[in-house]
Amino acid sequence: MNRMALADHPKVWPEDDAVGPQEFSAQKHDLPIRLDGVSKNFGQRQVLLPLDLIIPAGQFVAVIGRSGCGKTTLLRLIAGLERASSGAVFVGESRVAGLQRRVRLLFQDARLLNWQSVLRNVGIARGHGWQERALKALREVNLLDRAKDWPSVLSGGQKQRVSLARALVSEPDILLLDEPFGALDALTRLEMHELLTRIWLENRFTTVLITHDVSEAVALADRVIVLRDGGIALDIPINLPRASRSLGDAATGRLQAEILKHV
Amino acid sequence: MWQARLQRVSDIAQRWILPLAILIIWELAARSGWLNQRLLPAPSAVAVAFWRSLSDGSLAANTLISTERALKGMLIGGSIGFGLGILNGLWRPAERLLDSSLQMLRNVPHLAIIPLVILWFGIAEEAKVFLVAIGVLFPIYLNTYHGVRNVDPGLIEMGRVYGLSRLALFTRVILPGAMPSILIGLRYALGIMWLTLIVAETISASSGIGYMTMNAREFLQTDIVLLGIIVYALLGKLADTLTRWLEQYALAWHPNYQKAEAVA
Repeated sequence: MNRMALADHPKVWPEDDAVGPQEFSAQKHDLPIRLDGVSKNFGQRQVLLPLDLIIPAGQFVAVIGRSGCGKTTLLRLIAGLERASSGAVFVGESRVAGLQRRVRLLFQDARLLNWQSVLRNVGIARGHGWQERALKALREVNLLDRAKDWPSVLSGGQKQRVSLARALVSEPDILLLDEPFGALDALTRLEMHELLTRIWLENRFTTVLITHDVSEAVALADRVIVLRDGGIALDIPINLPRASRSLGDAATGRLQAEILKHV
Repeated sequence: MWQARLQRVSDIAQRWILPLAILIIWELAARSGWLNQRLLPAPSAVAVAFWRSLSDGSLAANTLISTERALKGMLIGGSIGFGLGILNGLWRPAERLLDSSLQMLRNVPHLAIIPLVILWFGIAEEAKVFLVAIGVLFPIYLNTYHGVRNVDPGLIEMGRVYGLSRLALFTRVILPGAMPSILIGLRYALGIMWLTLIVAETISASSGIGYMTMNAREFLQTDIVLLGIIVYALLGKLADTLTRWLEQYALAWHPNYQKAEAVA
């Protein structure tokens, strides 16, 4: 199925996508993320053991693990929605102490305002020229024709595209994705993967994707981190060209098997 | 095409058969003297009474004063209920201070304080407005409070992540999210508004529909009494229709109301 979908869109990725994860060109929207001995506990329950992690600017990292392994907590710490119990999170040079304008988060559910049109949802922060910027973001996710619709008439995949557009409007330096495709059917998920890859290649923001799907992690990321029992069990680069990462590819399969062993 | 139209006409006809039959039998029974006209006048007599009170202006004047009282009470009680609901929904300390007291007061039937209200205000305008205000306050308070409390916390978190100010968060996320519940409260309140006014006007008033019917009872003008009841029914129906329009306008985004619109 994967191969068929790719065959239908042979030009999803630029020709020169042999760019390895090590050679990041300095693009406009990217900031590094650094975690120094960050731990988190809720009351007695230790969710994250102290961990150190550096995500270079512009890298696409997938964090996978079983439910309850602390991956969502890790994301919320970077977003500034939670405070670390010890250690510090840095975005760029500054220490994270709360919500940041440069960081945008996509939730598991689209979290659209049902009482506002798609366009107003995308331009939720308003500000100068928000309508043009929202329309531009909607064009990027191929939903320009739904700008005037209510969100309730959209499909699950379309809703997540709207929420992706909403994140793009503010041109973030860091994009955090909390299993945004988990509830979608397999075909829609593949479409979303292609869309996200295209948008990431255009913007190159530092991206952290939380997922429980190994094939999704391998298909999208430069680097996969496996979280287990609150600690990093595996940290592995994906050095395959994006266009060849399909289900049938032998190297992709070996990587997936290797990662699955550590989950 | 014409078959469908015929079907619609026959549907409508079926709905009206029973009420029309009752009216005709009632009219015949009254004319034949089988019904005592003093106790239940004929429909035609009510129609005549309607025409008479319309032409001498008393019906319009009484309806107007009743509506004015109802709206004043609604405005005052509704604003207080709405304000308290928003305050307690948004701010925990206020909720802890006020909510249990309000819940206690809510359980007092507001018509039970009529004797007290007459002592305080006599039969002045304030008495009726006060009773209506007390009556509508609680349904609006409760539904506003629950509406605000039940706004999806995920949406509020999303609003914060996307940098909305407190005011924007309130006007774009919390208030519209609570609106379906608030409008249900409004609809309840409208029913209570008319009920309260009827009781208040029959007990202590010198004008209004309630006064008109009580006065007519003194003179055994049963046709006017019946007319008053019909006017109340129409006013209630009118208020209900207006809220339904308001709902369809304010909740156009809501899938339930979109369906209702498509059917209508």
